[in-house]
Parts: sequence; structure tokens; C-alpha cells
Amino acid sequence: MKLFADLYTALDETTKTSLKTEALTTYFAAAPPADAVWAIHFLIGRRPKRLIETRKLVEWAIAEAGVPPWLFDESYQAVGDLAETISLLLPDPQYSTDLPLHYWVEERLLPLARWEDDRRRESLVSAWREMNDSQRFVWNKLITGAFRVGVSQSLVVRALAQVSGVAAPVISHRLMGDWQPSPEFYTRLIARESEDADVSRPYPFFLAYPIEGSVDQLGDISEWQIEWKWDGIRSQLVRRNWRTFIWSRGEELVTERFPELEALGALLPEGTVIDGEILPWRGGHPLPFAQMQRRIGRKVLGPKILADVPVVILAYDLLEWNGRDIREQPIEERRAKLAALTDSTRDSGRLILSPVVTPASWEDLTALRRESRDRKVEGFMLKRHGSPYRVGRRRGDWWKWKIEPFSIDAVLLYAQPGSGRRASLFTDYTFGVWDGDKLVPFAKAYSGLTDDEIRKVDAFVRRNTIEKFGPVRSVKPELVFELAFEGIQRSPRHRSGIAVRFPRIARWREDKPAAEADSLETIRALLPPG
Amino acid sequence: MKPLLEVTPDGLYCAQGDFYVDPWCPVERAVITHAHSDHARPGSKRYLTSAPGVGVLRARMGSDACIEAVAHEDTLDIGGVRVSLHPAGHILGSAQVRLEHAGEVWVVSGDYKIERDRTSEAFEPIRCHTFVTESTFGLPIYRWRPQPEVFSQINSWWRGNQTAGKASVVFAYSLGKAQRLIAGVDPSIGPIFCHGAVQKMNEVYRESGVPLPATLYAGDAERGYDWSRALIVAPPSCNGSIWMRKFHPASTAFASGWMRVRGTRRRRSLDRGFALSDHADWPGLLGAIEATGAQQVLVTHGYRAPLVKWLGEHGLEARTLETRFENEEETD
Repeated sequence: MKLFADLYTALDETTKTSLKTEALTTYFAAAPPADAVWAIHFLIGRRPKRLIETRKLVEWAIAEAGVPPWLFDESYQAVGDLAETISLLLPDPQYSTDLPLHYWVEERLLPLARWEDDRRRESLVSAWREMNDSQRFVWNKLITGAFRVGVSQSLVVRALAQVSGVAAPVISHRLMGDWQPSPEFYTRLIARESEDADVSRPYPFFLAYPIEGSVDQLGDISEWQIEWKWDGIRSQLVRRNWRTFIWSRGEELVTERFPELEALGALLPEGTVIDGEILPWRGGHPLPFAQMQRRIGRKVLGPKILADVPVVILAYDLLEWNGRDIREQPIEERRAKLAALTDSTRDSGRLILSPVVTPASWEDLTALRRESRDRKVEGFMLKRHGSPYRVGRRRGDWWKWKIEPFSIDAVLLYAQPGSGRRASLFTDYTFGVWDGDKLVPFAKAYSGLTDDEIRKVDAFVRRNTIEKFGPVRSVKPELVFELAFEGIQRSPRHRSGIAVRFPRIARWREDKPAAEADSLETIRALLPPG
Repeated sequence: MKPLLEVTPDGLYCAQGDFYVDPWCPVERAVITHAHSDHARPGSKRYLTSAPGVGVLRARMGSDACIEAVAHEDTLDIGGVRVSLHPAGHILGSAQVRLEHAGEVWVVSGDYKIERDRTSEAFEPIRCHTFVTESTFGLPIYRWRPQPEVFSQINSWWRGNQTAGKASVVFAYSLGKAQRLIAGVDPSIGPIFCHGAVQKMNEVYRESGVPLPATLYAGDAERGYDWSRALIVAPPSCNGSIWMRKFHPASTAFASGWMRVRGTRRRRSLDRGFALSDHADWPGLLGAIEATGAQQVLVTHGYRAPLVKWLGEHGLEARTLETRFENEEETD
């Protein structure tokens, strides 16, 4: 318990990913498997069902602390956290504990659910008497089911990968599904060789750079396979050992998020890996990406959301065929095999071959590109004929040719300090546009300025602060910036009524006074119809 | 009988002796518990303070202020009221003000701390009929860990930062807390640098006879100085300021009783919080009140209502006193 409480404290004390990873690796290197597995269980957000009624917990804590209930309430109001209030009010421990985490969880925590009140109380109070402040706090958090600490699952996976030498995607996969927190599970989790090691593993994604210069420098257009660039979730669908795995580009296993695609996997031959884009799709067209975000945000996928936001895979490429890695084959051959697969599963309506366009010239392509927004795509992907499927982001064989972003001029309204390297600089900005004679907040942007420009803006913010709201400052509306963004939609949740995708600062318009910034009206004109 | 002290628009007033204790407006005669800005405000004609506190009060009120000192063992007669000052343990020269008139004894605590430390005179319990107490940390969640434990945490944080190649910047109120901190850490770990506001008060402490380990003015370091071995002591207002940039990469910490609560630590987005306070914790407050033997307790700035209610439930006549002393997080 001590090691785990120390880990919690270390994670809680820092916002720096590097320090969190270090704390995790230190813990996993030292903790016995029986403890480590419980630590993972809690760190990735799994929690036991309700163990005890809060009312009883508070009653027993009050008795042990020797404070009247009203003073407990006053204290709770000052602290704002039940588990912490209890740990701060309890008297100093009478003993100390060296008992390991798995003992506390298996022998003392989980049985609370089935014990009678007398035994629960006796067990809890004796636990409090053995634990110091930080142990009690963590313990109370576990009891109240409110254990949370600022680490993501991927950070836990990274740390486990570092400690074990097993690749992160393998760990990530092994953590999926319905595992029991046993020492045996932990041993399998970090084992270098394991039966399941290769079953789910995706291939590294081949990523494209934006085109440099003009397209006609790419030579003869007939040397290129040209596809639309779709705006969805780049993914790999893996079908092996009669199981389906769907990986996002962030190497996150998202199979459970897309049950209809898992079902699609069953239609595919054994040993198939498809690279594609998951898109919300209806009637032959993509739905707005916001629909997808709505669906991703759901913890539980009910029948309604599945019906409202159906998804498909736009298939780009075939990486594995009949259990063979075919990434070195020329793109035409891979596509031919892929086409056969999409044909054979046509009835499902879930797997769609990414269409190619065949304009006669670069001029024709350029003209076609102007239709991108209406077609709800982001531009083109250009893939050289004969090219293999490479690893990572490479120049030469694949290029992306995206449409120009939207751009508008907006006024700096609020600034707040960044984090990490930029902690003492005002680098996070909120921009506004004109709505009549008022400026309304419109978008936030964090990047796009040079270090030198950031310092200048920082100095401006400090000299021109109107009001402070915690770390946020409102500033005199004077500085104008050109903002670029990819998409625009109506949004009742934003004060401006508009939400934009990927806003960033394109440049500082030092030549423009605030009065000449754009208005909400101009921006509304960019909205898609409907 | 008329109470010995009343809250007036100018401050806590003793009509019998025609003087004020820690007035918040300029007055003829001010008796000062200690030199923090919410208790000692400029503009009064005459100030009375404890002898050890003259230096710090002078530093705050300016060289023109008329400051009289009274030794801890002496008693003055002001308009028929016997006035004496007794150590409060809060900062150098901090005093409780004892007033005696017609057999009635009142004590105004100012701010106080029960734990002993080397930078202020030890708190002295005074018997009285009426005790005017602060209540900054007047909730049972506030219980301080023993000082050696806190300082050992600070020392190991400092050493850890050295190993990680980071400067150690600790925020502490520039008068009192900063000096207690400097006197309490292990100076053999590395050099101690101070912000100008802190360094100024260090000098006043030294001149008043309080030994402190050597400290350097951070502004004197040459450009490109390697701060990774240093402890830098600065007032809390420096957090996030331009001044901080030169110490990068740095770990930041705050030394304050408020750091006992996790939420307060996290809100400030600091790397560490050390619960080191110059005020009494909950057991400290209760113990101090009991030791006075006072039947009437008037509770000023802090968690007034809970303390008043608790004291009432324990048989004392307790009520709140609406003063203008503050309880900013910055000042502990």
C-alpha cells in the first residue's frame, strides 16, 4: 500500500508526462505482480462496484475523528473532497502498515461489499489506524469509488512497455477485454513471448507529407493514383485467428467502439489487414464529423446512436492478405486484392473501396479540387504507382494535397499561460470577432507564432490586462491575428454559435486595427448550407 | 461595564486608554501586534510595538514613522490602562497585547503560532478574562506535521531537484515565513538565493539579532548562472512572473498552511506544497484559548463561525469580531 500511495502522490504532484512515466516505471519495476496488476486496474479507471454507502462511511469517520457532524460538514465544504476530508480529520495513525496493495484490495476492500455493518466498520476503522495521510487518502478514494489520477491508459501502457521491453501495442492489446487482476495476468501482460502477441498487432501506418511546391512538378499525372482525402478516423482493421481488431492511428484498440465493423471483420478471410478511414456514413455520403464525435463521446453505444450514426470503412490499402505481409507489393497489386475483398463484402455495406479520380491533367485535378468542400473531403491523396506501403511519415511516394484552410481575422481577447516550456508565458489565446459593435469569443488557438512573436504578445498581455480571472486575463482588444481552420459548423454550445475545427494562428496582422477584424456575419457565410 | 475594546470604523479601539490595536485607518496612537500589512498600516502618528519588532516595523512603515518600543517584560500605563506586549510566536517581534483596566484583563492575540522556531520569540500563554483570537486555520482539518518532518521534506525536494538538474524555487511570504524557512532548511545542500523583497527582510532579521544562514540576492547572479543547485526563496506573487524565467528549468513549491489541502495545492499548479504555517493549527487554537482561562472569546479573521460554535458548545461565551484583518493565501 505504501508503494502505491507513493506512486499516487508522485503522479498527483506533477503535470509533466515525463515525470509521470518515470514514477510509473519506478513503481512497476519494484512492485510484485500481485500488486502491480491491481495498480493497473485502478490506474486505467476500472473500479469496484459500490462497496459501502457514503452515509455510513461518514458516520464512522465522524466517530473516529471525534468531531461533531456539523464540523465535519464545515470541513468538507472547505476541502471539497470527501475522501480527503476524512483523511485530514482522522487522528494520527497508531501503527504503520507494510501490508501490500493486493492484501488491502482483496482482503479488506472488496469484501466490504458483502460484510455486515459491524464487521465493515471494525475493518475500516482499523485500516485508518494503520495508515498515514497519503495512504488513507488513496484508500478512501478506492472505497468511495472515486479513485482518479491524471494518467491516461496510454501512459500506463508506455511505462509497462518500458519496464518489460514488450512493444506498447502488444501491452495495449493485452489490456483489452475482460481480464482478472491476478498475478498470472500481469506475468502474461509483460511476457516477451506470448501466443497472442502477434494476433492483433497492426502495422505502422504510412503517413504522407503535404505537397511542397506545385503539383505539376510531380511529373506525369498518369504516374499517380489519386484518391480523395477523407476526414475520419484513420484505422487498421485486423482479422486474424477468427478475431477482429480495430486500431486507430494512435495505436489505440477501438474495436469495442465499432461493433458493426467488428461484425464486418467476420466476413473477411483469415489473415487480412486493411488500412482505411472510419467515417460516419449515410446514403453514399459522409455525415459531419461532429456526428462521429457525438458517437465517440458515448460510454455505452445504444441502438439509437448506432442507428443515427452508422459507420463504414473507406478502404485505402491492403497490408496483409491470406496471412502474408504484402506491404512490399506495388500499390496496384494491393489495390486489386483490396477491390476483390470490397466486392465480396458489398452486401454488408460497411467496406467501401476508396474511389480514385482519373483527371487528364493537373489543371483538371486542380479544378476538381475546388469541389472538395461540397464533397465533404479535405482534398487529395497522391500515391505513386508502383510504390510499396512504407513505414511512418515519408516524402516521395505519397503526398497529401489538402484544400486551403478557411481563414479570418480575429482580435485577441483573453490570454492564459501555457504549460511546460511556456509556463510563464501567455501563449494560449482566445480570439473574438465582431457581432455588431461587440466582440464575441470565437475560437481558441495555441500555436502558430514564432518564439519571438510569443514574447511580444506576452509583453502586450502583461501591459494591457483589463481583468484577471484566475490564470486567465482579458486584454485590451487591439491585436489582430489571421486564424486558419479546417471546418466550420453551427454549435449551440459556443457563444458565437459557431465551432471551428483545428483553429491555429496563421499570422499576426500587425497592419490591421481591431476595427477591421472580421465579423460573425462574414463567418456565418462560410457555414455549409442547412 | 464598557468593554475594553470595541470595533470602530478606524479599528479596534480602547476608549479607556484612547488608543487602537492594529487600526486599519491612520490614528493618533496605534499598538501593533506585528508588522504584516493587514495589521500594521501606514499613516498613524505614533506606533507602539515590542522591542524585537522595531526593526521589521520600521522596514514596513518607513524611516519617518514614530515608533516606540516596549520590552516584553515591561508594562506601560496608557490613560490608566496597563498595556504590555507578550510574544505571539508568529513572526519576529509579533506580540499579543495585554490590556488591564479596573481588574479586567483582555488579550489581543494578533496572529500567533504555538510551535517554536528560531526566528521569533516563543508564544507565551497569558491568563485573561477576554481573549481576542485569530482563526485563520480554525477547522480540524488543519493540523500541522512536526516541523522537522516538513523541513526534511523540503530538504529532500531540494536535493532531488539538484539531482534532476533543476532549480528549486520556493514561494513564501517575504516577511516571516521566508526567514523561518531559510533558518530551517539545511544550508549545506546548496546556495540560497532570495528575491529582493525577501533579501531586504533577511537583513532586518539579521540586524535584529536573528542569525540566518548566508543568502544571496538573486539579482546579483551573473547571466547564464547555473541555478540547478540553488534554493530560491521568493514571494508568492512571483509565481508565473517574468522574473521566474531565468531559473528554468525549475521545480516550484509553496510553503503555507493552506498547502495542507490538496485542492489548494493543485489550483496553484505548483510542483509541491509544504504545509508550513506561521499560524496556530486547530489543536493549537483550542489549546491556546484554554490556557488563557478566558470566559469570553472574541474571534477575528479566519474560520470564525466554526470556531465560535465549537467554543460555545464547550461552555465559553464566544462571538465573532468583524475586523479588517485578512486571510489571503499569500500571507501564510
